[in-house]
Amino acid sequence: MSSTILIVDDDLHVRRFLRTVVTGHGHTVVEAGSVAEALDAIERVHPAVVLLDLGLPDGDGLSVLRELPVETRPPIIVLSARGQEGDKVAALDAGAEDYLTKPFGAGELLARIRVVLRRTGGSASPDVIEVGPIKIDQPRHAVTVSGTEVHLTPIEFKLLLELAKQPGRVLTHRHMLIAVWGPNAVEQTHYLRVHMAALRRKVEADPARPQWLLTEAGVGYRLRESTAAGAP
Amino acid sequence: MQHSHDSSDDRPDPDALLARVKAEETKAARARLKIFFGASPGVGKTYTMLEEARRAKFNGEDIVIGIVETHKRPETEKLVVDLDVLPRRTIEHRGVTLTELDLDAALARKPACILVDELAHTNAPGSKHVKRWQDVLELLDAGIDVHTTLNVQHVESLGDVVQQITGVKIRETVPDSVLDRADEIELVDVSAEELLERLADGKVYVPETAKRAADNFFSRGNLMSLRELALRRTAERVDADVVAYRKQQGITTVWSAAERILVAVGPSPGSERLIRATKRIAESLHAEWSAAHVELLGAPPVSDKDRERIENHLRLAASLGATILRLGGMSVAKALLDHARAHNVTRIVAGKPTHARWRDRIRGSLLDDLIRSSGEIEIHVIAPVESAPTRRSVPPPPEERTSVAAYVSAVIAVTAVTSIGVLVQDYIELADMSMLYLLAIASVALLGRGPSLLAASLSVVTFDFMFVPPRFTLAVSDARHLFTFMMMFGVGLAISTLTLRVRRQERDAILRERNTAALLAFTRDIADATTPGDIAAVTVKHLEETFPVAAAVLVPDTDGQLSSAAGLMPLANQEQAVARWAYDHAEVAGLGTDTLPGARVLALPLGPAGVIVVQGRQDPRRLGGSSLPVLEAFARQAGLALARVNLQDAARDAALRAHTEELRSSLLSAVSHDLRTPLAVITGAATTLRDDGARLTPVAREELLSSIVEDARRLERVLANLLQLTRVESGMQPNREPIPVEELIGAALTRLEDAIGDRAVKTDIPADIIISVDPVLFEQVLINLLDNALKHGAPPFEIGAAKSAANVEITIRDHGAGIPEAALPKLFDKFVRASTAPGAGLGLAVVRAIVEAHGGRVHVELPADGGARFRIVLPVTT
Repeated sequence: MSSTILIVDDDLHVRRFLRTVVTGHGHTVVEAGSVAEALDAIERVHPAVVLLDLGLPDGDGLSVLRELPVETRPPIIVLSARGQEGDKVAALDAGAEDYLTKPFGAGELLARIRVVLRRTGGSASPDVIEVGPIKIDQPRHAVTVSGTEVHLTPIEFKLLLELAKQPGRVLTHRHMLIAVWGPNAVEQTHYLRVHMAALRRKVEADPARPQWLLTEAGVGYRLRESTAAGAP
Repeated sequence: MQHSHDSSDDRPDPDALLARVKAEETKAARARLKIFFGASPGVGKTYTMLEEARRAKFNGEDIVIGIVETHKRPETEKLVVDLDVLPRRTIEHRGVTLTELDLDAALARKPACILVDELAHTNAPGSKHVKRWQDVLELLDAGIDVHTTLNVQHVESLGDVVQQITGVKIRETVPDSVLDRADEIELVDVSAEELLERLADGKVYVPETAKRAADNFFSRGNLMSLRELALRRTAERVDADVVAYRKQQGITTVWSAAERILVAVGPSPGSERLIRATKRIAESLHAEWSAAHVELLGAPPVSDKDRERIENHLRLAASLGATILRLGGMSVAKALLDHARAHNVTRIVAGKPTHARWRDRIRGSLLDDLIRSSGEIEIHVIAPVESAPTRRSVPPPPEERTSVAAYVSAVIAVTAVTSIGVLVQDYIELADMSMLYLLAIASVALLGRGPSLLAASLSVVTFDFMFVPPRFTLAVSDARHLFTFMMMFGVGLAISTLTLRVRRQERDAILRERNTAALLAFTRDIADATTPGDIAAVTVKHLEETFPVAAAVLVPDTDGQLSSAAGLMPLANQEQAVARWAYDHAEVAGLGTDTLPGARVLALPLGPAGVIVVQGRQDPRRLGGSSLPVLEAFARQAGLALARVNLQDAARDAALRAHTEELRSSLLSAVSHDLRTPLAVITGAATTLRDDGARLTPVAREELLSSIVEDARRLERVLANLLQLTRVESGMQPNREPIPVEELIGAALTRLEDAIGDRAVKTDIPADIIISVDPVLFEQVLINLLDNALKHGAPPFEIGAAKSAANVEITIRDHGAGIPEAALPKLFDKFVRASTAPGAGLGLAVVRAIVEAHGGRVHVELPADGGARFRIVLPVTT
């Protein structure tokens, strides 16, 4: 599957690396070095995915997100450094699909692109979602792990479903709180943590070494994308 | 008198030499004061001063008129025309507009020289200083030369002589120390006849209000005497200059005696004369002198008026160059002589008694006592000024108030005794009956003098009426009974007087004890204070507890502005100005002092560290019994403490800088090692692949690629740690959130998945342990500890968590070789590595820094069965 991918970064070396990896996997690459160039390129080529560096010479990468109306905005993967968790959360809450922490490997990059492409290309989530050993039957509100049925509370079920609808994608605390408890609960991060801990106890074999329900420190949670379903 | 020095040596005293060198030096550096000195108004001082100023101006000097009164005399006004005149400051006082020297404008203008007329002038109320000479001193301090005028009658030490000559009490005086400060004194002299002529021509300005006094003042006799005085004072000065010159040139053959003179000072107006006389004696002997006030233990309390006078006298003495002493003792003579002996005083000056001889018989005479036990100390007796108009206008000091109850007790006691007397009159003698009454009087006398006198009077009357024949009349048949009555009064008086004296002694002792104890407590508390803020708070607390005042401590901020470090007292602008002045000049100012006495606060400087401001709590116009010496003692202690802390701060800063320097250099060496090594590997491997890739075996190529990836990761770890360490150490507060420990450890293990591989990791983490930490920082802690264990230790790796009432403990343990004992103490220090395995010695330093930023501790233990165990202990936060 070949898509057009827009790379927005002012560093030529980073761009060269990204271009090599992405074109090597059959995608078409368009490059931009500034906010203005990025907006212009999006207008012209309608990329399938944008890889967006947050620090650009003519402004914050976030302004690219804000400039574009939600309906016509292509999915965006933010590239940022460690220690900028606040920026990542802000980008995700502003509508970015995902983020990558520099430095990252080629495999990680391709996996994220793949997840984004599949999600935007795909339709609404099916009635029955399968991620690894976890199987969620939406109409029945039933969950099995490796064939054994586990009993989830309504909140745990909603949390799991929210993550499973977009496997591989990081969901911010804010996103999950709004999805499960509603917009008044955005500050109540500790609810989320306690219920996630309970959910892990039911779903994970060793909750202290989670295999599926992963924590992104300071950002949110991610359901690991099952490798079996990940092949393009 | 001691004459031993006369023959001993001819060499200049080294101390005196040093003092002279210093005097020369300061003279050279400081501004010059020139005084145009005259015998009386109208001799032409102002005229002479202006003429000289014109000449100086003509020679291009920057000379301005600060304030000069021409009194509209045309010849004087002509001289002013060419000179720059500073605008005067106008002050509205009770509907009258007064003009004064604008001191601040003069300081701001900062001319080379300024003319300030009438040195003895008293400034209008509301001015910065009470006296103009204080303005002049401030100008001199600011490095501005001052030319001024002065009449002989205004010289402080000559005040009483002038009063004797003219009969006019001089109120405006200038301390002799100001005259001594003058670099040049120019006598402006005319004969008495010429002056009288000028006066007749109306050339001498005399204010309307002073016309009558002036008539007396300007008599020929007076003018001649004043002129003689002025000439003599100038001659003395010339003499002193000559002596100084001779000393300098080493010509002198006679060196002055090492005399010390002590003068006793009390509240009586005669003390002023004593002080002046002593100053003259001291001057003629070139002796040091001091003025002492003796506080009698057990004496009646000194009234506020008297206290004020004593302070004024002491201040006068200080302004005349005396050292001020405050002594305490049971007798004035003994206190003076004790001090004199201890400090090699050679002469004591005392006043001639003015009271009747009988008082000496009763109270003892100071002079008698002094002379009797003076030994070889000379005693000088000075006569008081007979014409001194001041009588003892002060009411006697208030006695301790006696309550009404005491008087009622007196009546009850006498009634009771009379009743008993009536009951037993048939069985006892009349003489014994009088004893009964004595008993009553004696017991009532303990309550005070008034009740004792009442009891005595009542006793006499009832005793006479009830029992003394002829009974039931006040007549007395036998003269013996009159003696009994007198005895009754006598006993009553004697006992009540004794009681009173004991009480006063007790009260004084208590007061002194209280002040001493307060000062002691203050000194103790302040010794514990470690920051300027603490010291300020302690000072305010103690001042407010000890005195009836509100207090504040102001300290300079970085801009030099004074702001309150403790004490809630809001300061108005004027009060701020008082504090500022006291701070800038390191002198006490405000209420009850000479500088800005109109203020509602008293400001006590603390040296360069700040200033204390106090205000009476009940009445802002007085400090209600707070004694200035004790307040000053507090201020001294606080100042010392602040200086101590500031020094400590400076020392700590220096140590910190040194430590930072050390850290920086170790950081540089570590960074250069830990960053360059992986970079070297990456560069080497990558260039090999690029240049020789085709010739390498697939295995070699694979190896090079792996080392590039691994060393890039290593580089990133070093950078991440450096970044976190810098953040935490720069004081950034952790962004705490409540998080289950399980989730934190889970996240860390997920990130280390590749490094763990299939090695065994055992976890034992109860799900309900939640800690409040920064998730990003704490993940770094766990990753570093786990990474450390994975790198240096051996499986199985055990991770546990436990919770007690106060703490949450997280343990990470491996079963490897452990850590060498010698490395333990410095293990968490920056850039220390236990083994030679790769990775900056930063990991554990980051762990400690982050854990400590969360209020926790990290420990390392070496269990007996091998490996190392790291324990993180975090306090449970609610």
